[in-house]
Amino acid sequence: MSDRLSVRKTYKLYVGGAFPRSESGRSYTVNDAKGGFLANASRASRKDVRDAVVAARKAQSGWAARTPYNRGQILYRVAEMLEGRREQFTEELRSTGLSKTAARAEVDAAVDRWVWYAGWADKIAQVTGTANPVSGPFFNFSTPEPSGVIGIVAPDGPLLGLVSVLAPVIAVGNTAVLVAAEPSPLPAITLGEVLATSDLPGGVVNILTGHRAELAPWLASHMDVNGLDLTGVSGDLATECERAAAENLKRVLRPAQYAWTDDPGTIRMTTFLETKTVWHPVGV
Amino acid sequence: MFEYAPAPESREIVDIKPSYGLFIDGEFVDADRSFKTVDPASEEVLAEIAEADAADVDRAVTAARKAYDGVWSQMPGSERAKYIFRIARIIQERSRELAVLESIDNGKPIRESRDVDIPLVAAHFFYYAGWADKLEYAVRDPRPLGVAGQVIPWNFPLLMLAWKIAPALACGNTVVLKPAETTPLTALAFAEICRQADLPPGVVNIVTGAGETGRALVEHEGIDKVAFTGSTDVGRQIARAVAGTDKRLTLELGGKAANVIFDDAPLDQAVEGIVNGIFFNQGHVCCAGSRLLVQESIAEELLDRLKTRMATLRVGDPLDKNTDVGAINSAEQLEKIRMLSEVGEEEGATRWSPPCELPDRGFWFVPTIFTDVAQSHRIAREEIFGPVLSVLTFRTPQEAVEKANNTPYGLSAGVWTEKGSRILWMAQRLRAGVVWANTFNKFDPASPFGGYKESGFGREGGRHGLEAYLR
Repeated sequence: MSDRLSVRKTYKLYVGGAFPRSESGRSYTVNDAKGGFLANASRASRKDVRDAVVAARKAQSGWAARTPYNRGQILYRVAEMLEGRREQFTEELRSTGLSKTAARAEVDAAVDRWVWYAGWADKIAQVTGTANPVSGPFFNFSTPEPSGVIGIVAPDGPLLGLVSVLAPVIAVGNTAVLVAAEPSPLPAITLGEVLATSDLPGGVVNILTGHRAELAPWLASHMDVNGLDLTGVSGDLATECERAAAENLKRVLRPAQYAWTDDPGTIRMTTFLETKTVWHPVGV
Repeated sequence: MFEYAPAPESREIVDIKPSYGLFIDGEFVDADRSFKTVDPASEEVLAEIAEADAADVDRAVTAARKAYDGVWSQMPGSERAKYIFRIARIIQERSRELAVLESIDNGKPIRESRDVDIPLVAAHFFYYAGWADKLEYAVRDPRPLGVAGQVIPWNFPLLMLAWKIAPALACGNTVVLKPAETTPLTALAFAEICRQADLPPGVVNIVTGAGETGRALVEHEGIDKVAFTGSTDVGRQIARAVAGTDKRLTLELGGKAANVIFDDAPLDQAVEGIVNGIFFNQGHVCCAGSRLLVQESIAEELLDRLKTRMATLRVGDPLDKNTDVGAINSAEQLEKIRMLSEVGEEEGATRWSPPCELPDRGFWFVPTIFTDVAQSHRIAREEIFGPVLSVLTFRTPQEAVEKANNTPYGLSAGVWTEKGSRILWMAQRLRAGVVWANTFNKFDPASPFGGYKESGFGREGGRHGLEAYLR
C-alpha cells in the first residue's frame, strides 16, 4: 500500500475546443453509486449554453465543408483514442455502479459504435440521396446536407448512450452542443478530452455538465440552434422543450425508450439532415 | 400592337351545386353551419360549404380509423395501388372540368390550371400508386402510421391535396383532409372521384371549414400524423400543438426565395424565369422567387428587359386562355399585398408596374417590382405571397450567397449562369430545399420538395415523400 496521495482530476466544461469552468462559477457534487464523493462537476449556466452555441455555429460551416472522407477519418481517429483510454472509461463506469465485466462491455460497445458511425460519414449521401426521374429534359438530383447546430440532451447512464446520440449528429456534418447526463457526467467530460486530442476541430462538439432542467429549455429556445435531440429529457420538460423548439421550427427527436445495444439504424442521422434537390435543364 | 380577342374557356363543363356537405365515411353529410365560397375574379358566390365543427371532425377521424383498421391497412399493396391508379385515371378523364373548377374557385389562369396543376395532380397519383406494392424497396420494414390529418392551403388546392393524399394512401394510411376555406370545390369534386373509384368508405374524408376546423383536426387525439402546408406562423402553432404527443409531423411553410442572376446568364431565358418565378399563380407560391439578386454589372439591362416583358403580361379573366395573371385569391390576401407594398414605398424602395387595366369587380393586383430595396426592408424579409418582386444587387458570388441566405426561410432558390461549376458551387452553399438552376418553378412527383430552416421539415414527392407516412 503506497502512501502517495493521488492527483485528482478537475472536471470542467468542453466549449470551442477549450476546457473552461462555468462562467457562473458554480459546481455540483457527483457521487458514486454508494453515495461517496467523486468530483465537483461544473454546473453550466444559460450563458454557457449561449457560448457553446456560438462556438458550434462558428465551427459548423467548416466542419460541413470537410470532405466526407476526412470527417470519417477524424471520427475513426476518435475511436482510436477511445480505444486507448478503455481502462479510464471502465473505471469511470464502475464508479456509476457497473460491475467490471459490464463496464468493460459497455466501453467496448461504445468504441465499436463510434467506429460504425465513422464509416457512415461517406456513405449516408449514397443511401439517402437520389437521382430523380422527372418528366422533362432536366437533370434532377437530391442530396442530404446537415441541418446545422444540434442541441443534444444526453440520456442517463453510461457511455454507450452518450456515444450513440453524439456520433451520428457530427458524422453527417452537424456540430453539437451536448448536455451530459446529470447524475453521471464524468464520462462525457473525459470523452471531451478524447475529442480534444483527436483532430476534431474545436467547437464541433461542445459538452456542458449541469442541471438538465436548467439547461435544456435554453437550448430548445435558442434561435441559432437548428435541431434538438431530447433523448435525455422526459415528461413535462420534454413537452416544454418541444414547444419551445417550434419557435424556429427545429428538427426534434423526441424522447423514447432506446435499447442502446440494438442496431441504431439511420434515424439519428436523417433527423438532422435536410434534403436538397437541384434541377438543371438538359440540352445543347 | 395587335390586341388579343377574348378566348374564354366555357364554364358549361362544371356543375356547381348550390350547397355541399362534408365527405365522411363515403357519404356527403350535412353540418350545422356553413360558409360561402366565392369566385375571386367576380366576387360571385359560388356555393354554400358545410363548416365542420369538432364533432364532425371526430366523426371523420372515427370513420378513417375504422377504414384503417378494417380495410385499408389489411389490403395488399397491389390492391391499394389499383385504387390509386383508378383515381389517377378518373382525374385525367375529368381534367378539363377540374381545371375550370379550379380556376373559378381559386382565380388562377386556366392556362396554369389546365397545363400545370391538373396534369401534376394526375401524375402524383400515378407516381405514388406504383409505390404501394414496392414500399419495402424504399424503406426497411415499412409500416403505415394510421390516420393522417392533413391541412392544405388555397394556392394550389387540388395539387396540394394530391401531394398529401397520394403518398398517404400508397403507404396504407387513411386520411382526413381539410381544404382551405376559400377553395373547397375541387376537394369536394375529388370526393366524388373517390366514389367513382369505389374507394372503400372512410379511407378518404374531406372536412371543409376554416382555422377552427383545422385546429380541431390537428388536436384530435385519434390521429397519428399531421401534415400541413401553409404559413410559417400556423406551422409554429401546429408544432406546439403536437409537442408531447406521439403524432408525427411534416410542415411545408413559407419562403422568401432568392433568384440569383449572374452577369453571364442567358438574359432572355433569365427574364422568363424571373417572370415565371414571381408572377406564376399571381405569386401565390411558397417557393416563389420573390427576391431577385442581380449582379450589379447587368442590373440595368436586365431590369429594362424585365420591364419590357412585364408590359406584355395580360392580367384579367382567369378563364380566358390568354390570361397570364389571374385574380388574387381573396379580399384578405389582396389587403395584405397592398399593405406590404405600401410599406415598401414608405421604407424607400422604388415601385414600378406596367400600365394595366384591371376589371371593376373581383380582387386584382398589378404585377409589381421594387428596386432600391435594402435587405432590411420588410418587402425583402417577409413573404408577400403576391405578384410583387423585390430587386437587390450583388457584386461577387460570395456576396450573392450571403444575401440569398440572409432569411429565416429556406424553401427554394434560383441560379442563372452559363458556368456549370458556378452553378454547383452556388447550389452547395444556398440553404434551400430546392435549387433551380437556369430554370424555375419546376415540379414533378418524382422530385422531393420541402424546406430548410423556418420553411418547415419533411419532404413531399419522390421516394423521400414516403418517409412522412411510414413508421
